[in-house]
Amino acid sequence: MTAAMFIQHFLNSLTLGSLYALIAIGYTMVYGILRLINFAHGEIFMLGAYFVFYGLTLVNLPWPVAIVLSILVTAGLGILVDQVAYRPLRDAPRISALISAIGVSFFLQNVAIVFFQAIPREVYRPSWLEDPILISGVRVLPLTLFVPVLSFLLMMGLVYIVYRTKAGLGMRAISRDIETSYLMGVPVNRVIALTFGIGSALAAASGIMWALRYPQLQPIMGVIPGFKAFIAAVFGGIGSIQGAVIGGVALGFIEIMTVAFFPELAGYRDAFAFILLILILLVKPTGLLGAKPEDKV
Amino acid sequence: MNPEIIFEAKGLTMRFGGLTAVSEFSAAIEKGSITGLIGPNGAGKTTCFNMITGFYRPTEGQVFLKGRDLTGKPPYTACKAGIARTFQNIRLFNNETVLENVMIGCHLRQKSNWFQAVLFMPGYIKEDRAMRERSLELLETVGLAHLANEQADSLPYGAQRRLEIARALATEPHFLLLDEPAAGMNPQESQELMQFVRDIRTDFDLTILVIEHDMKVVMGICEHIYVLDYGVTIAQGKPEEIQSNPKVIEAYLGEEYVSHA
Amino acid sequence: MKTSTKISLNLAVVAALGLFLLWAQGALDGYKIQILNLIAVNIILAMSLNLIYGFTGMFSLGHAGFMAIGAYVCSIMIMSPEQKEMLFILDAAYPWVQNAHAPFLVATIAGGLVAAAAAALIGLPLLRLGDDYLGIATLGFAEIIRVIANNIPRVTNGALGFKGIPDYANLWWNFGWCVVTFYVIVRLVKCNTGNVFKAIRDNEIAAKAMGVNVFGYKLLSFTIGAFFAGVGGALLASLLTTIDPKMFLFTLTFNVLMIVVTGGLGSITGSILAGIGITALLEWLRFVENPIYFGDFELPGIPGMRMVVFSLALICIILFRREGLMGMREFSWQGARNLFSGKRRAS
Repeated sequence: MTAAMFIQHFLNSLTLGSLYALIAIGYTMVYGILRLINFAHGEIFMLGAYFVFYGLTLVNLPWPVAIVLSILVTAGLGILVDQVAYRPLRDAPRISALISAIGVSFFLQNVAIVFFQAIPREVYRPSWLEDPILISGVRVLPLTLFVPVLSFLLMMGLVYIVYRTKAGLGMRAISRDIETSYLMGVPVNRVIALTFGIGSALAAASGIMWALRYPQLQPIMGVIPGFKAFIAAVFGGIGSIQGAVIGGVALGFIEIMTVAFFPELAGYRDAFAFILLILILLVKPTGLLGAKPEDKV
Repeated sequence: MNPEIIFEAKGLTMRFGGLTAVSEFSAAIEKGSITGLIGPNGAGKTTCFNMITGFYRPTEGQVFLKGRDLTGKPPYTACKAGIARTFQNIRLFNNETVLENVMIGCHLRQKSNWFQAVLFMPGYIKEDRAMRERSLELLETVGLAHLANEQADSLPYGAQRRLEIARALATEPHFLLLDEPAAGMNPQESQELMQFVRDIRTDFDLTILVIEHDMKVVMGICEHIYVLDYGVTIAQGKPEEIQSNPKVIEAYLGEEYVSHA
Repeated sequence: MKTSTKISLNLAVVAALGLFLLWAQGALDGYKIQILNLIAVNIILAMSLNLIYGFTGMFSLGHAGFMAIGAYVCSIMIMSPEQKEMLFILDAAYPWVQNAHAPFLVATIAGGLVAAAAAALIGLPLLRLGDDYLGIATLGFAEIIRVIANNIPRVTNGALGFKGIPDYANLWWNFGWCVVTFYVIVRLVKCNTGNVFKAIRDNEIAAKAMGVNVFGYKLLSFTIGAFFAGVGGALLASLLTTIDPKMFLFTLTFNVLMIVVTGGLGSITGSILAGIGITALLEWLRFVENPIYFGDFELPGIPGMRMVVFSLALICIILFRREGLMGMREFSWQGARNLFSGKRRAS
């Protein structure tokens, strides 16, 4: 493998990893505060992409408007899902909310099939993202640089919110102890809604960039990336935002680098994530950075 | 004649990160005795139970039942060796009937397996009948036989506690650990409980260790008492000694401490 | 009620079922018979998942994986070597795959056994995980199975899958296995081992304290459930006559989960009723996916609408009636007699 090829693979890994990381953050935040695996998160990712697509083609919105609008709408949808399908089950056994999440996931997938139809759709890519540029002999799509940078900025924004705002303080409090948070006057439901909103917004951003990077939209496009991002979150330590980022980027590298060095394994690429999952659950279920509470006997 | 020591704890210590929940708990318990484990809330009493029954692996120290080292062995091994327990916050099988709860206790000593059950083999049928009878007898002992087919969580609180004891007895233990059996009982019920504990000690040839806050019960049935405070054993001895021990009184400062009439 | 009476009643039901099948074979058209076949297989699958999840409390989402194993093992064994010669066009099958041939009963049992073996294998590491982690891990297992199936063409014919699997799975085989599964699982759940399963579900810590080797029993329940899932998969393969890895997506597990939840976690009766109802519903809903013709005018079908309705129904059930149809209650002859004689049961 030449140095140029390696750099290609490296940048691709970074891009893919950033996309996974953005989705993983949403999973980990929701799990951190509600101990719920939001199965529907992958569909939020998918809808973010579709909303931009329809914003551009149906309503002829200019690019920036379409993107912002899509992110807002998707964030709102994420909040709505929680209000309708998860909030009534806050006091129910945890599995009930999980089953509800599975139901919502299938529901959104199939609503997308019904309304958007299962035919893969081509997404328009603006040329300044498309035309490869040359960096020391390596042909790189600007998009491949753009994604990690933008993802990094978004994550910085998130870190600011979580560690420097009152809302973020609320999030951290709830993930430690939801009962006490109620008692301490934290507006729990609003903070939870905000968490879903932010997580969904990030997923939508990821979906839009994903659609630019792999320009084919399908209603089921959120399923596999969704699972993989969740696995990345578990790998990094579910409940930890830093863990989600590390896990996401790591998974991106594992997927692309493994196939780069062992092309015969290309067909198994999708299985890497699941194998990683089983391995991490066996060796250190709390993930790289996570810590789980003990069972009281 | 030396009394037989059936249970020994040697230097049991439990540390959770920086917190030492129990420090150097040692006890030698005679066969057939009723021993008390008392102390203010959070003193580490249930943690001791958890170490003895295998739910926690002690950070240091050892546990011996009839000379056999059970330290760190899983709970089902401890139970098989003959240690049974009840729980502070009752842990019944809520969706099962009262009878089924006790039969689950019988399961430990069951000889036939599920395969024989599926094939309706006579060995299983006979044993099943025997287990049912035995379970009903145990329920009779705790006065719950008439509620055998009721769902366990429909029972009143006191009855649930008794069911837990019946279930523990079904495992045919040598050493029974009762975690606050008198919690929530009125004086009349406590009196009945005291007699009940003495009776089962005799009828089932048990050695009993009791965690309890109700001092009347403790002083009434315990022959030997260990007092914990912040994980440390601050005193041990006969009830009279404990009652007048200034360190014990100090530990309970602020709590109403009634010397038994 | 006397045991002998119960046994007679049970035999009567089986006989009635036999007569019904005899009639159905002659009187019903192919479409309706197919629905009956699907009902039988779905009931087997639902009961097996109920054993694992409803009775033992293990949230396993890996059912499609066990079904896939059963389906492939059975298909390989019931197709003749000549058939397989023609089927494996891209890569020739391994000789042991090529030459494997056995009667249907043996093949189905083999499918179940291999699935059970797989369950025992992955159960060892996975079953000590709690609730949601177990769910996602078993889901991962099922996906790995699917990816493997796609990538070992010399065994599974890769993405092409199998076509023309002999359709031995008729009403008699399917309902026969259904009765066997029912019998085994009911006996298992009713005996003291069944009580132990339920104890693990209700309060794992108390079960441990009562001397139950929780891990061992979880493994047992998981393995038996996987066996019948493998059987279900095997029957399904012979029923549908074609299988490929895309059939064994998470959607398949979801359907079985739906039946179990709707019927009631912990109720075999519920699984049977829901198995019938939901299979019929899924078929009936097909009409929304197919175009409807009004004379010359065609109202186009809406693909995906079935699952929209289906998933919405699951969400509603979980939100409004979590315990499903039967909760944890079961039909019993004694209960039925009390109902008819107007007596109220003591409990």
